[in-house]
Amino acid sequence: MRRSFVAVFASAAFGLATLAHADTTLLNVSYDPTRELYREVNTAFAAEWKQQAGETLTINQSHGGSGKQGRAVIDGLEADVVTLALAYDIDALHEHGDLVPANWQTRLPDNSSPYTSTVVFLVRKGNPKGIKDWDDLVKPGVAVITPNPKTSGGARWNYLAAWAYASKKYGGDAAAKDFLGKLLKNVPVLDSGARGATTTFVERGQGDVLLAWENEALLALGEAGGKDKFEVVLPSLSILAEPPVSVVDKVVDKRGTRKVAEAYLKFLYTAQGQEIAAKNYYRPRDAAVAAKHAAEFPALNLVTIDAAFGGWQKAQKTHFADGGTFDQIYVPGAK
Amino acid sequence: MRLRGRRHALPGFGLTFGLCVSYLALIVLIPLAALALKSATLGPAQFWAAVSSPRALASYRVTFGCAALAGLINLVLGPLLAWVLVRYRFPGRKLIDALVDLPFALPTAVAGITLTALYASNGPLGRWLEAAGWKVAYTPSGITVALIFVSLPFLVRSVQPVLEQLEPDIEEAAATLGAGRLTTLWRVVLPTLWPAILAGFALAFARAIGEYGSVIFIAGNMPMVSEITPLLITAKLDQYDYAGATAIAVVLLAASFLALVAINLLQLWTVRRRSAEVR
Repeated sequence: MRRSFVAVFASAAFGLATLAHADTTLLNVSYDPTRELYREVNTAFAAEWKQQAGETLTINQSHGGSGKQGRAVIDGLEADVVTLALAYDIDALHEHGDLVPANWQTRLPDNSSPYTSTVVFLVRKGNPKGIKDWDDLVKPGVAVITPNPKTSGGARWNYLAAWAYASKKYGGDAAAKDFLGKLLKNVPVLDSGARGATTTFVERGQGDVLLAWENEALLALGEAGGKDKFEVVLPSLSILAEPPVSVVDKVVDKRGTRKVAEAYLKFLYTAQGQEIAAKNYYRPRDAAVAAKHAAEFPALNLVTIDAAFGGWQKAQKTHFADGGTFDQIYVPGAK
Repeated sequence: MRLRGRRHALPGFGLTFGLCVSYLALIVLIPLAALALKSATLGPAQFWAAVSSPRALASYRVTFGCAALAGLINLVLGPLLAWVLVRYRFPGRKLIDALVDLPFALPTAVAGITLTALYASNGPLGRWLEAAGWKVAYTPSGITVALIFVSLPFLVRSVQPVLEQLEPDIEEAAATLGAGRLTTLWRVVLPTLWPAILAGFALAFARAIGEYGSVIFIAGNMPMVSEITPLLITAKLDQYDYAGATAIAVVLLAASFLALVAINLLQLWTVRRRSAEVR
């Protein structure tokens, strides 16, 4: 009753002659720092969809740690689309419960990642410890803040970025593990999530440098007074973070929302979608939009997870599963 | 007179007992059985490997150590607080009485964030403590502080009603018989309170073992140093290792259960000993 009233009212307000449709809803289950990004995308896409299909669309968002969000979907949260921090968490949707097909990542361009980011350093104003590159992070007396890679998808990118740098510079995995061991010795707090680590660094004043996604670092700078307190330092080598998106096949087929869900994800690749991503500090894929924002996103020497680590499944197993390199660093005597 | 003839406010033992058992099954036993079942998907060797890894062992030390320490500190200060609230009349007593329950009411995450802000090295308290050489936030000390906070009401609220029943006349009688203050406290007051104190300690300890929300912000979460067991469970879940997570949860559950049983026995023993003494 109330809903139809609202619908009639809305259509009257917009001067539409057609009879009101029942509202279509979509649920986008995402990870932590995309809140602002998707709020803007949703408004823009709802307007676009209204024009295209004449349907009033409501898009709901859910945010949390990437792994937790993936698990919620596996455990029955009816997400039409997932937009998570790493491919491993969407792979899990295939592995547990067959919610998406195995080839999900090939269905959309650019590894199904419409925007990218990278790992940068956020340091305190004036860079008192003179941090320029990864090597400065293992010096004695430098405190590094990064979340726990066991519980945070973002932290896994940080860890792998450091690993990629060390294995390239010092040659090989043993040297890289040694380097990571030294780096982790300088970490006084391992928060469980990326936002927690940012809070520890920004609000609690812990540490000299925060390993953060570029979009998080730029967001901290963009906040009131941020530029007076912090600076971003770009390391000589980092990793290309590709947060992927996918339709959840089992859910959209059940709810009959496949068409709109697919259109929603494709919208992210349009010039408008790319512009919104850039505005929210994510690196756009579209060459034209990227060229426009080249000043904000300086070119960096980036490795990819597939080329440097053989994909997420392998990286997860080698580094973050129980007994992986991260555990070996922390547990004395482990192989 | 036989039981059957006695009048009860609620009718029918059969009905009420049946209701009691089904309610307990629904709320407690079925979820616990599901937990045990899930962990049983691991073989015995895998189960043992999951629950006895060095990181798991270190996390038990942190969790149980901090929970016990927090319980012990509240064991002293909780009854003291209850004593002041029961035995003295002063302005603001009702307010303080209400404040005791605040840790129950406050969402634990809020408590954790507040405590961290206070005790971090740039916080109003942490600044002084750290200058004095004591780092609280991001160490096991911080975990203990958070656990003291969440478990305080258990000790106060379990001791308070017993103290209210304890007439000051008894203390006066002891004094007229020549007992000093310490003797009165040790021989007259404390023996009456012990069962309540122990019950409060058991509840506080069991609660502290499972506490996650308030601890996670202040703990620092360093593997082997300040990583609590509930975080290890979360970490395992984030790797989609459901069975490993439930295996550790089963250990936690068994430990809490054993602690509760042990304290119940101790309580029973003190009551018996006391009635023997009185006789």
